Amino acid sequence: MWRVTGIAIVTFALTSVSMRSQGLGVPEGLDLSGSWVARNFTDALGNPPAMEPTPVDFLGIPLSEAGRAAALSTSPSQISMPERMCDFYPPTYIVLGPAGLKIWPESELRTGATTAWIVSGWTAYAPFPIFMDGRPHPSKYAPHPKTGFTTGTWVDDVLTTSTTHMEVGILRRNLAPSSDLATMTTRFSRHGDTLTVTARIDDPVNLTEPFYLTRTFVLGKTPLNPASWPCTVGDEGVPKGVVPHYLPGQNPFLDEVTRLYGIPVEAVLGGSETMYPEFRRKIREKYVRPEPCVAKGGTRAGECGRPGLYPPVN
Amino acid sequence: MGPVLRVLIRALSSWAILVAVGAFWTIGSPAYGQGGAQVPVQGNNTPATARATAPFDPTGYWVSVITQNWRLRMVPPRKGDYLGIPISVAGKKVADQWDLARDEASNDRCASYGPPTIMNQPTRLHISWQDDSTLRIDTDYGTQTRVFSFGQPPIQRKRTRQGTSVAVWEARRGRGAMTARYLTVTTANMLPGYLRKNGVPYGEQATLTEYFDIFSEPQGAMIMVVTAVLTDPVYLEHPYIVASQFKKEADGSKWDPTACSARW
Repeated sequence: MWRVTGIAIVTFALTSVSMRSQGLGVPEGLDLSGSWVARNFTDALGNPPAMEPTPVDFLGIPLSEAGRAAALSTSPSQISMPERMCDFYPPTYIVLGPAGLKIWPESELRTGATTAWIVSGWTAYAPFPIFMDGRPHPSKYAPHPKTGFTTGTWVDDVLTTSTTHMEVGILRRNLAPSSDLATMTTRFSRHGDTLTVTARIDDPVNLTEPFYLTRTFVLGKTPLNPASWPCTVGDEGVPKGVVPHYLPGQNPFLDEVTRLYGIPVEAVLGGSETMYPEFRRKIREKYVRPEPCVAKGGTRAGECGRPGLYPPVN
Repeated sequence: MGPVLRVLIRALSSWAILVAVGAFWTIGSPAYGQGGAQVPVQGNNTPATARATAPFDPTGYWVSVITQNWRLRMVPPRKGDYLGIPISVAGKKVADQWDLARDEASNDRCASYGPPTIMNQPTRLHISWQDDSTLRIDTDYGTQTRVFSFGQPPIQRKRTRQGTSVAVWEARRGRGAMTARYLTVTTANMLPGYLRKNGVPYGEQATLTEYFDIFSEPQGAMIMVVTAVLTDPVYLEHPYIVASQFKKEADGSKWDPTACSARW
């Protein structure tokens, strides 16, 4: 009897170790799945409940000359074009947009390995996969789909992803554009029920330096809808066939941030130096602190903030 | 086989099962060989210090990279601008009474340089080890010093601007590798202060938890992201969560200490 028991023990132990070495144990990394509620305090000016950023607000964007020219020629009304109204943004929108993230794994059911994480949760971008199976990125000549192409690896329990093959997108919600050569490296760093997502956007056309953006999320109990909601084209005031734009030197919003907030236009037009503390020295004598913010008639909704503006996480 | 021998064999079989199961969990564990969740020890069997067990090197000079909320951080915002803060009714009431002239006449102009806001300001940081269990952060913006104690912090009877901060290298999961840890700092015992230079308040009951992540970038560059969670049962409706980004600099040549200012 003891021989049988001994053989069973050895067989069990060897089989267990063998299964684990084949990837049949705990999947790599952390569990990121769930509905992550956005806490838009880090980028409160760019997202609801604030209004959209003013059309010419490139503060802190390391724009190149070409990028600035493209941004100044772009009208935010382009999103009201019937041809673009139901279009998607590239995956950069997860660090630019207002919404939470719905994240779930796709697993290989024979081994249990996570082959991809899917990121979704809002209407404005298509749910996109982060491939975890080691597949290479496509050729640079391959088509650029709405989802771009993203691969991921775990680096010290931080999901680190690389996105290429994006369509032309945006760098801020006033439609300052990113090119189709832009790439994004993203870190999904979980601290308990708080998720910090930091993205580095590189764009050889429109940026002179990497553009870092960070958003924070809290794990919620109410499920976010993973689907992109159906979109119906309506009339938002831009006729079919018209592309709203401004010719060089004719953007009427160039001084709007200066008028509203007293910030000199050299800052408003962005550029890498506007990201760093020493830039303050340049504008100290020119900055005029605006009059107190009073949330009543004549002030844009959500502009000043108030109690109750940010709902709790549930 | 005699009854005594049978009992002995049964006992040995039970031990063998325990040993095999133990070996399986040890060898099969992802943490095996990586330090796991055990407390590291030095060669002389004394627990390793916080400095010796650091999963990354936070020391050096760091500069803030301000790409978000620019006009609320790079320049002093107008009075009454609470956008991006889950301010409570009580907090709004205090903020609406803010008076720049009164602050400028005060001896303490550092109200907007406390832990809940200093990391989110346009600053450079100099991070160094004060000793093997104390990490120190100096800021050139307002010339402030924060001290993070691993283990028991020194007893502090009076509240201070920078409060008392306790630090720990925290695993993202129970059996995570040593290299997969991040720095968690919990700060309390702070003097009341401002979240912005327009008098948005935080109070004595506020507590701050910060998570420090450091990421390697191409060409040897490093970035640090500090995620701060501030709770204040009086002046905030919910936790105020805000992230700050820093880029590592080669040296301190751009270090530019300034005094606290209520106006700029």
